Amino acid sequence: MTDSCFQLKGSVVTTILLEVQTFSLDDITFQLKKKIEQVPHFFNQAPIIIDISKMKRGITLDEFEALIRSVSALGLGVIGWRCHPESLPVWKGSVSIPLLPASKARAIQTVPEIKEEVSPDVVVKTVVEERLVPQATKVITKPIRSGQQVYAEGDLIILAQVSAGAEVLADGNIHVYGPLRGRALAGVKGDREARIFCKSMEAELVSIAGNFMLSDALQDIVWKDSAQVLLVDDSLEVTPL
Amino acid sequence: MAKIIVVTSGKGGVGKTTSSAAIGTGIALKGHKTVIIDFDVGLRNLDLIMGCERRVVYDFVNVINKEATLTQALIKDKRTKDLYILPASQTRDKDALTIEGVQEVLEELSKEFDYIICDSPAGIEKGAQMALYFADAAIVVTNPEVSSVRDSDRILGILQSKSKRAEEGAEPIEEFLLLTRYHPERVELGEMLSVSDVEDILAIPLLGVIPESEAVLKASNQGAPVILDTESEAGQAYMDAVDRLMGEERPLRFLTVQKKGFIKRLLGG
Repeated sequence: MTDSCFQLKGSVVTTILLEVQTFSLDDITFQLKKKIEQVPHFFNQAPIIIDISKMKRGITLDEFEALIRSVSALGLGVIGWRCHPESLPVWKGSVSIPLLPASKARAIQTVPEIKEEVSPDVVVKTVVEERLVPQATKVITKPIRSGQQVYAEGDLIILAQVSAGAEVLADGNIHVYGPLRGRALAGVKGDREARIFCKSMEAELVSIAGNFMLSDALQDIVWKDSAQVLLVDDSLEVTPL
Repeated sequence: MAKIIVVTSGKGGVGKTTSSAAIGTGIALKGHKTVIIDFDVGLRNLDLIMGCERRVVYDFVNVINKEATLTQALIKDKRTKDLYILPASQTRDKDALTIEGVQEVLEELSKEFDYIICDSPAGIEKGAQMALYFADAAIVVTNPEVSSVRDSDRILGILQSKSKRAEEGAEPIEEFLLLTRYHPERVELGEMLSVSDVEDILAIPLLGVIPESEAVLKASNQGAPVILDTESEAGQAYMDAVDRLMGEERPLRFLTVQKKGFIKRLLGG
């Protein structure tokens, strides 16, 4: 299907957030180590983000790098750091790990049992991705025109055409009871079970949970006919209906 | 209360001004008091097509800025009774148009006229959005060619989302497709999209198909709307379109090569 030796894909991962409140390298290392010992499987090589947004007093680059080293030494994989955009330290460009965009407050939910056990200096929070929560279905009766974008938090049902140059996105499934000529992206928050159904497959691009296929490839499988798109073992499958 | 019809397309050079002039004239010929407004501020063309360029004193922007009254700026057409033109300003740009100013002018025109035709500029930016904002109906002018069709699709999206009716959740703008510069021979050769191809992509009712015709260029250069050239296929096709706009049934004409070839042979072409 493709001559390329790789595919670039979008992906959503659930990760641990280390929200530092007061910097004390020894305390953080000690408390984190104790935490890891309780559930070593969970923390082994787990991706972690260090967040310094909640720090009342700033932190120097040296202190921060030392923190990254000790967290890595505990077997965690530090994948990035973040900070409140208004209080970014001057050394932000010199850090060895990527700076990630600040979180939206609603995306973070405290896991109570962890909070109870941890001393106020270090709080380990789990980022809970908003996914697999049933959401209301959105139904559209008018054509989606070129340049328009429609997004549904649940399933998306379109009782008309999706024009070339239009984009329809859903956290869940997408149904198009008309020609699908634009782009359709289902499971955009990572739901790998999401599917796309359409009455006439003429899409520019279809994607499920970040795995996509372009019209060139689609034309060899199903074209101008009813079809469904689903994800099977990391690859998209397009089947006639 | 006047019916406001915007003639729009997204893409430039497809025949918006030619169609505005022809359809406006056609409606006036049917006895409805009609005004055509040129919204293409900075690229004033409608006056040329209508042949009234030497009579422009005040323009649309003057009226919006209260530098002139509507009566001073409106130009009465010399050929067609009940037809008026409100020219655009050539020395200003689209920023001279404001929603409030346009609304005031349209409200005042509504008291006197039956139909207000808004000749939209190309593009999807401010000028085009101003022209379509207050519309009750839209005539989307499209050439049988992929980029024009794509741009028409885009403008249809804007009609549904950025118009006053859309913002207020009122009854949506009535949309009509006007296919211009249609060349049956080239359609047959597969070089041009057919009527059904375009209808299939845009999925809106077809108001008319205007065949490619030398009469259009001739009419533009003479400053007389092509609809007045009743001998020409384009003029007749525009009249059919006006009839359909008024709710009459008219069969589509000039779509097949055979018929055109036959006429050409008769005329010794």
